[in-house]
Amino acid sequence: MTELLLLFVGSALVNNFLLTRFLGICPFLGVTRELKAGVSMGIAVTSVMVASVLVLWPLYNLALAPLGLGFLQNMLFILVIAALVQFLEMVIKRAFPSLYTAFGIYLPLITTNCAILGLALLMVGNEYTFLQSLVFAVGSGAGVTLAMGMMAAIREELEFADVPQSLQGPGIALITAGIMALSFMGFAGLGS
Amino acid sequence: MGATVSTIVTATATMGAVGAFFAIALVALAKRTASAEDEQIELLTNLLPGNNCGACGMAGCAALAQALAKGEAVPQSCPVASESQIQKLAEALGLTETVHRERRVARVRCGGHRAISQWRADYEGVLDCRAADLVGKGGKGCVFGCLGLGTCSRVCPYGAITMSPTGLPVVNEALCTGCGLCEAACPRGVIAVMDASQEVFVRCVSTAPGKQVRSVCEVGCIGCGICVRVCPENAVEMLGHLACVDPNRCTACGICVEKCPTDAMQIILEDAGVLTAV
Repeated sequence: MTELLLLFVGSALVNNFLLTRFLGICPFLGVTRELKAGVSMGIAVTSVMVASVLVLWPLYNLALAPLGLGFLQNMLFILVIAALVQFLEMVIKRAFPSLYTAFGIYLPLITTNCAILGLALLMVGNEYTFLQSLVFAVGSGAGVTLAMGMMAAIREELEFADVPQSLQGPGIALITAGIMALSFMGFAGLGS
Repeated sequence: MGATVSTIVTATATMGAVGAFFAIALVALAKRTASAEDEQIELLTNLLPGNNCGACGMAGCAALAQALAKGEAVPQSCPVASESQIQKLAEALGLTETVHRERRVARVRCGGHRAISQWRADYEGVLDCRAADLVGKGGKGCVFGCLGLGTCSRVCPYGAITMSPTGLPVVNEALCTGCGLCEAACPRGVIAVMDASQEVFVRCVSTAPGKQVRSVCEVGCIGCGICVRVCPENAVEMLGHLACVDPNRCTACGICVEKCPTDAMQIILEDAGVLTAV
């Protein structure tokens, strides 16, 4: 139990996907203009992460590994992730049309979000059990949602700040991201 | 050898099985979640021209169809669709008002081709009017006229604009849909989208005084005002040093075209259809 808790904290804070591993940066800058869209995107990424672990762990450990087809992992993972994102897109389009418009291109772009593929490859590389993989996915997703939410909150405040003209927009966003990443280094050494 | 072949077979089979499973599942879900609204959007998308030129200001025909279905746009929002297409769209949307819209075409408002215009510098760089215009307003003596690098012909999604050998765009009015992309792309404002029924227009955009125009171009509008005086309908007025035709008053009698000392005033001949380059 302690081990799982450590894994959760480790994936959410210490090895935060966005701010420490620098995976899946495009929605981090793309949809963090407002808090609601940012957090929703984090939740969307989390659900794709959990869903891909639910599908990919059995697929890899019960089919690919026994058949000696480990070399297929990248191709197969991309295929499965793409299909899962399509599912998610349909669900969101049906259930939350306004969110669907807010996400715009970034929703189908989860397909090529390296955080998802990175999660799957780390899961295989670290030889996690099914339970560990699930905790890892939820933790990583929570970390992504946390970082997205923080970034969006800061950027909402920045709208009212007197930013020098040359730094407005992406410039100040990248500086904010850098300082956030720096502060997340404070978690290094916590847990594993 | 046998092992290699069996590996290939199992790998292909695995990928195929997973791919087929997700394909079937996705199609099934898409079918299930399809709604009447989606069907209407698809229908509207098919009724639109389908060029995805973006002239309506949306991302493409599908985006406009979505806006149409929501009532955020009207069939006339598509500047490209023909009158019959717009009629069909209105019918599909259940709009009863008859929609009438004038056919619009792009017209080139510069006659200063290479042989008759002065050049003050050679431009070397990206062969694009917008880039050339940034460098000290390009190499042409006239800082208002066509730079002749063909940006308009390249942005036209319909292939309606070709560059004449003398370096002026020629609009094929049969192909032009009046979408306005060329008008937006031209850094000089030389191309303008006008009602196709406007037969007389000034083929010059130079607002410089006559003497200055004369020194760089043989066919520019010198602002002499003869057209204003000869027009029986008072359809021509001077905006500074440039003549301007009011299409609502013009009867295309052709007197101004005849009297214009520099041939800047142009008339479209109905049988010609295509504006002939000088």
